[in-house]
This record gives sequence, structure tokens and C-alpha cells, in this order.
Amino acid sequence: MTSIAKPPVRHPGLTKNALGLTKRDYEGAMSTLCAGCGHDSVTAALVQAFWESDCPPHRAAKMSGIGCSSKTTAYFMKHSHGFNSVHGRMPSVTSGANAANRDLMYIGISGDGDSLSIGLGQMSHAIRRNVRMLYMLENNGVYGLTKGQFSAASDIGSTSKKGEANVQPPIDPCLLALTLGATFVARSFSGDKDQLVPIIKAGLAHNGFALVDVISPCVSFNDHEGSTKSYKYTRAHEVELTSSDFVPLRREITTPNADTEMTAVTMHDGSTVRFRKTHEGYDPTNREQAWLHVRECQKRGEVATGILYIEEGGKDMHALAKTVETPLVDLPYSVLCPGSKALDALMEEYR
Amino acid sequence: MRPTDVGTPLHYHKVVDCQYACPAHTNVPEYLRLIAQGEYSESYLLNRESNVFPGILGRTCDRPCEPACRRGRVDGTPVAICRLKRVAADLRDDITDRLPTAPAVKNGKRIAMIGCGPSSLTVANDLLPLGYDVTIYEKHSQAGGLMRFNIPAFRLPAQVLDDETGYVINMGATVKYNTSVDSLKSLLNEGYDAVYVGSGAPKGKELDIPGRWDGNAKDAVHIGIEWLGSVHFGHIEKIEPRVLIIGVGNTAMDCCRTSKRLGATDVKVIARRSRKYFKASPWELEDAEEEQVEIVENHAPKRFVYENGTLTGMEFEVLEWTESGGKQKSTVKSTVIIPCDSVILAIGQDNAFPWIERDIGITFGEWDMPEVDKITHQSTNPQVFFGGDAAWGPQNIIWAVEHGHQAAVSIHQFCQELSPAERLPFGMNLVSVKNGMQSWAYSNDFNPSPRAKMTHEELVKRFSGVGVEVELGFSAEQTATEVQRCLNCDIETHFESTLCIECDACVDVCPTSCLTIAPATETLDELRTKLSAPAMNLTQDIYTSNPLPQTKRLMVKDEDICLHCGLCAERCPTAAWDMRKFELVVPYAFAHSAQATA
Repeated sequence: MTSIAKPPVRHPGLTKNALGLTKRDYEGAMSTLCAGCGHDSVTAALVQAFWESDCPPHRAAKMSGIGCSSKTTAYFMKHSHGFNSVHGRMPSVTSGANAANRDLMYIGISGDGDSLSIGLGQMSHAIRRNVRMLYMLENNGVYGLTKGQFSAASDIGSTSKKGEANVQPPIDPCLLALTLGATFVARSFSGDKDQLVPIIKAGLAHNGFALVDVISPCVSFNDHEGSTKSYKYTRAHEVELTSSDFVPLRREITTPNADTEMTAVTMHDGSTVRFRKTHEGYDPTNREQAWLHVRECQKRGEVATGILYIEEGGKDMHALAKTVETPLVDLPYSVLCPGSKALDALMEEYR
Repeated sequence: MRPTDVGTPLHYHKVVDCQYACPAHTNVPEYLRLIAQGEYSESYLLNRESNVFPGILGRTCDRPCEPACRRGRVDGTPVAICRLKRVAADLRDDITDRLPTAPAVKNGKRIAMIGCGPSSLTVANDLLPLGYDVTIYEKHSQAGGLMRFNIPAFRLPAQVLDDETGYVINMGATVKYNTSVDSLKSLLNEGYDAVYVGSGAPKGKELDIPGRWDGNAKDAVHIGIEWLGSVHFGHIEKIEPRVLIIGVGNTAMDCCRTSKRLGATDVKVIARRSRKYFKASPWELEDAEEEQVEIVENHAPKRFVYENGTLTGMEFEVLEWTESGGKQKSTVKSTVIIPCDSVILAIGQDNAFPWIERDIGITFGEWDMPEVDKITHQSTNPQVFFGGDAAWGPQNIIWAVEHGHQAAVSIHQFCQELSPAERLPFGMNLVSVKNGMQSWAYSNDFNPSPRAKMTHEELVKRFSGVGVEVELGFSAEQTATEVQRCLNCDIETHFESTLCIECDACVDVCPTSCLTIAPATETLDELRTKLSAPAMNLTQDIYTSNPLPQTKRLMVKDEDICLHCGLCAERCPTAAWDMRKFELVVPYAFAHSAQATA
């Protein structure tokens, strides 16, 4: 909470993007999360990424469920569409929204409780269907809103604020997504915007389901000694498997330094994700290798970050379902629902 | 790169732009908050500590604080600091029993002061409470100096002057009115322990061009400050219809507006250069133009024109200014005669010390000005001190006050047989204003209101006499809003690096992108380019912390546009950021005295 709203004054040095908007135009309501919450930093990274990507706010839909994380959608792009669903059902509601209007940009914000406990089934199937959306999983390894119980993402041995150690194995959303066929899997840290912002921008450009698992420390219940999701632990145990930047289509690609090895993946819309460096020959386009690497890191108590896996050739939900290019909302009613005669003719085909 | 030193006052003092710009270091944000609370007397007394004449300065100050005000960088117009000072003065209760008093037992030291203007009165104000015997020599019959004789009553009512000069004099100063000092040597022979020269710059500059002494010049051509003085004493009660004012400083503004009140109908102010080089304060120009005074740019006086011995006009060269190699050059395009009946010369003031003998140890240097130490105000005769306009030429009232404070310290040191150069440094107090969670002992919300506009007396009414005050003061509503425009720059953002967990919360919430957590760079200039928003205002400092515990990066703050809204501190989970009230402790003569150390 804060005692006042953010004053409507900005630094004269703030620049405008291609739409003539400043970064502050992408802000939302004042956050009511705890002071120092990682989620607020994720919000700031989102604001930065939307501004840099010239996103038109009126063409975006912010989707969320229940939890501290799910409040985040209120704190950015106040001029966008949004849907705050019941607990864990955000992926399904987004699937429906995307089915109806494929042209909007979908930003789903969830947490480790909303996604890995009550909503695990929903998330899994959204991954399977490859619903085109940015899926931000704000992962603090704790049920913060209910005062600090272990979540499904808590590591074995990680302690609660009172000192009790967790004994149940965690669900790693990145490993899970890799096994479910996800086409964009990334992990980052709320305290490292230099890494997080390009990942968000790449995720926005991805033609399919883009999972970004963000370690986002809970300052109130999971930022103590003994926590494996604290600011300090994450900084000490982070291993950056890939380091990337995102080059939008219209920006000229400058020649990188000759002595740095670069690999690039061209996105669906022609933009590029450039991997500035990768960890010991790590190949972010090889699903099996990615899974193994992340699993090895996990076993060593390391937090693997970066764009872990990217597959740009996959088919999204609409391609799989062979729907029309025009969003269903834009179809005339007569085309969308051709009437009983057309239905009778269709049924006749099956006789 | 070194971390910013916030243990000494300089960094935080500079953040309080108004106070830093004020020659007397008036604690502006604190007195505005007192006005906001309705504590007008407290506000007045706080003002008086540093500037001695809040009622006078609330009407006439040159306001160096206002161009410096942070609010001006935020929405284009500064807080109306000067006119709020007047509010505190106008609405104060009787504060006479709360003023400093002189002790019954004197310390045996006698000080003479020459001129009863703002600087002498400030010296007296600082020295009387320490037990000094103060005698002021004033050539006129009233106290106030330039403030009384050269500032017209429609800008500064006599009552205000009487009150505030009275506060000082009634502490026990002996004022010898109608007594001009014709010989410093004989004054020194009267056995004073020290003499303070606060006699101003009383000589108006001449304009020696053809025709200056012809015809009826004696009656039709006037020297601005002398003419204003004559109007004050009632020696002059009217002027011819067509008047030209030569010069475009604040005296010129007073002359043209006074002319309008003495019967002139066609008043023109003639300037050599274009408007952006005018010396007059912008608001004084506005006020003059509101009274239908015409301001003529780029005209240089050439000669006075007479017909049958009567002044009928002045000839001017019309100039065109061009810049080459950083220097302004003028070329004469044509000449023109502007008809007039009277001319008032307001082209500056000179010092004149014919009454100071050149064999009494006071060295005179360039332009026949005495050599005076910039810090101690001491001349080469250690017993004689200079201040106000008498020291280094014409400045303004608030500078005169500051000179007075500094000279009082020196005179005290000198009389106690200590070195005037040994002076106490500025001190500071820094106290948290945290009341509790998201609760502060100041109003931290941003008020987007525009600057309040001063209401003026109707034109017809104000021309009815020289003594009708033009500015009517702020209404209660205007005052309430205007004080809220102050950004409370003295409530400093104070950072404790050891507590920081680098969660970015402060950086994210800052409305004006002031904060950045950045790796150290070689130079501060390089760092300026690598911030959340580039720090382009080089007049504003950058704060850099010690290396942060987790990543060894630095917390960096661009002080330029900080709103002091406290959101960084509200968002900080570890209270690494705190809002702390900064109070500059200015060492006046009292702080140097035995009473203060006892």
C-alpha cells in the first residue's frame, strides 16, 4: 500500500515510443501489494517491455485468476481489456477469449499457487493447445496471500518463516512445460530486469504459448535465510543458461561484436531473438537437451535462467483447429452462425 | 567514484533549491508548512531569523528563490514564495514579546553604523542581544534607507516599514536621525570599537549627452532615485504629461509607475537592448505594462531636444544587435526623436565615499571602491566593516541582510579579539518524519494546481495616490492551495545502503524516474547517461550510495525532478529509504558568542 497515488509528473527526459506514449502511459493503478514485493518489479518489467514493443494498450487483454500475483494485472496498462477469473481458471478463460478474438494480445498473469496447484490442469491444457499468449508465472514458492504456507513450487529443505523445512518435492513449471510440448519456455528473476525485459518482449512476439517462470520473492513470507526463493538466494544461485536480446522487425540489426558468438532465432512476425551467449554449448532449440540441463541445475540447487527453449515453427491453437484468419468476433453473424439449413446440410454429410 | 557525503550539510542543502538560492538561506519549506498549518506568527518568526524583514521582503524581494524553485522544473511555474511570506507577515499576531531582547548589562563595546538601511539594521539586530551598544547615523528623518526612500509606497506601505525597522531599533539602538557622517576619521575618533558602513549606493548615474544641462533641464530631467526620494518627502507632487524613463531596471519600473500616479499620461521606458536582457524583474515589467507604460526596446539616447529652452523630446539611435563570437554588437539603423516633457534617468547607481578620508588605513581599489574581504566584510582598517550596497555596489535587500549577518559575526569576533576569519561552519539536523506505516509528518501528496495569481487594486483606484498599495495579497483559498504546491524539498530522501535488498521497489515506484540501481562508472558524467532517465540538468547533483550488499551496484538518485513524495520510502520493505527533515543550522553572531557556548 502507499498513502498516495503516483503523482502525474514525469521526468522531462522520458522518451516516447512509436505510438507517442511514454513508459508512464503503460502504468496502471497503484499496487496494494506489500512493499518490496517481487511482483511489483515484474509489473515494472512488463510496463517497460510493452512500452519498448510499442504495444497499443487497447489491443491487449490482461487475464488473471486469484492470488497476490493475479492482482498484478490491475497495475499496468490501465486502458487495456481484462478478465479476472476464478482461482486457477485463467488459462481456460484465455483459451476461450483467444478462440473468439485471435487478434488481441493476451497477457496471462498467474502465480505458483494459481498455476501449479488449483490450476495445474488448466495450465497444462493451455500449453498442449499452444494458446497464443504470454503466460507470466510469478513464482515465490509460498502461499503469500494466506500467510506463508508452502506451495507446490517450494523446494525440498526450503524453510518456512518459522523455520520448518518443506519435505514434498516441487513442481518445476519449466520442466513440466517442456514435457507438455511448450514452444517457448523461459525463466527469469524479478530482480534482474536487464534479463527479464527482453524475455517478455520475445514472449510477446512468440506464435504460441510463451511461459515465463519469474522467481519473484515474497518479502513478507519467503525472503528469509533458509528460503530458496529469496532475493539473496536467487542472486547467489542463478545460472544464466542463455543470455538474449530481442530485435523487433523494424529495427535495423546492428552487427554484433565479431568476437562474441551469436545465434539467432527468427520469430513468426520476422523479429529476432539473438542469443548473446549460451552456457557451455547450450542449444535453446533442443527440447531434450534443455530438459536435461534444467534438471541438472535443479539437482545442484541452481536456478537456471534465460530463454530455456524456443520453437518458432510450432502450430498454435488456431492453426491446429484450422479456424479462419478473421477473428470470430469480426465475422458477420450470418457467417458465424449460418442457420439451420446449413446445419442440416452438414448433418446430411455424416449420414 | 566516491559515495555522496550526506553527513555534512552541503548535499542536502543544495537539494532545498530555494534555501540554497536565498542569500540569507531562509528556511522556505518549513515556513510554508507553518503557513499551511495557520501558524502565521511562527512562520513570521522563522523567516525573521534569517531575513529580518519578512513583511518588507514579502513585497519587495528580488526572489532569487523563485527561479531556483524545483516546482518551476516540474510544471513551469515556481511556488509564489515571496507573496506567501507576505501572508505570514500580514496575518501574524503581535509578536513583539517574542523578539530577541538586549540584556540590561551591556558588554562595554560600542559600535557605530552609518546608514539606517537593511544591512545596518541586520547588524544591529544580531549584535544588540549580545550586549553591544549600537549607534546608527541616518542622514534622513526616518529609518529604512533605500527601502523607505526609493521604493514607492504603493509597493511597500509605510506601516510595514515602521513595524519592522521598529522591531530592531526598539531593542535599544540609538538612531541619530538627520545626522549625516561627513568624516569617517572624526567618527573613529569618537572611540567606537568598530564601525559598520551600510550607507548604500546613493548616487544615481548621470547621462552626460548633448543637451543634458541645457534649457530647463534642471526642472525637466531627474535622477531616478533622487526623484523617488523627493516624491517620498513630498517635495515633488506632480509631473508633466509625457515622461521618458531611461533605463530598464527595477528603479526604472518604480519611476514609471510613480509618474503615472503624479499625473503623467504618456510614459515610455526606453531600453538599449531587447527584452531578454532587461534588468528589471519580469513581474515588475508586467506590473508596469498593466499600468499602460510602454516599453521601447533597442533605443540608445543621443541628445536632449529643446524648443525655446523647453525640453520637447529626446533623440535616440535605433539599434540592431547581432552576436558574433559570443559578444553582442550593435549597429545604428536610424535615429528617432521621441517627444516628451520630462525625463527620468534610471541607469544605475554608484557608490560615493567622499566622506571617507584616504589616510585612515582603508585602501581603495578599482573604481574607487574600498577593498573589502568577501567573507569577513572587513576593510583594510580592521575596525571598519562594509556591507549592503556600500560594500561591492548595488545588489538587493536580501543580499544586504545577509551582509549584515556576516558582518555581525565579524564585528563580534573582532570585538572579542578573535579572528573574524575564524567562523563556525554550517550545521544540520536530520530527523525522520516517519509517523508509522505510510504515514509522514508532512503532506506528501502532489497538488497539481497552477500558481496563484496576485489580485491587484483596480487601475482607477490605484492612481488616486502614491500610497495606495497595488497588490492586495492572497486570499485564504489562494494561500491554502499555494502552500500545497511546495514540494517540501527539505524532507530529504535519506538512504542507508546496508539495509537495501535490491528489490527495485523504489526504482519502480518513483514517478519521475529519479532512481537507478547501477554499476559504478568511472566518472559521474558517465553515470548521468546511464540512469532510468538521463540526468541532463547539470546544475543538479547526483546522489550515489555506498556499494549495495548483494550485488555491489550503487543506488543512484538524480536530484533534479524529485517530488519528495516519499513513495520510495513507502515502498521500501527494509526502510533503507527514509524521509528525513533537513534543517540547516546557520551560525549567526549569537552562535559565536559566549552565551551560546555557556
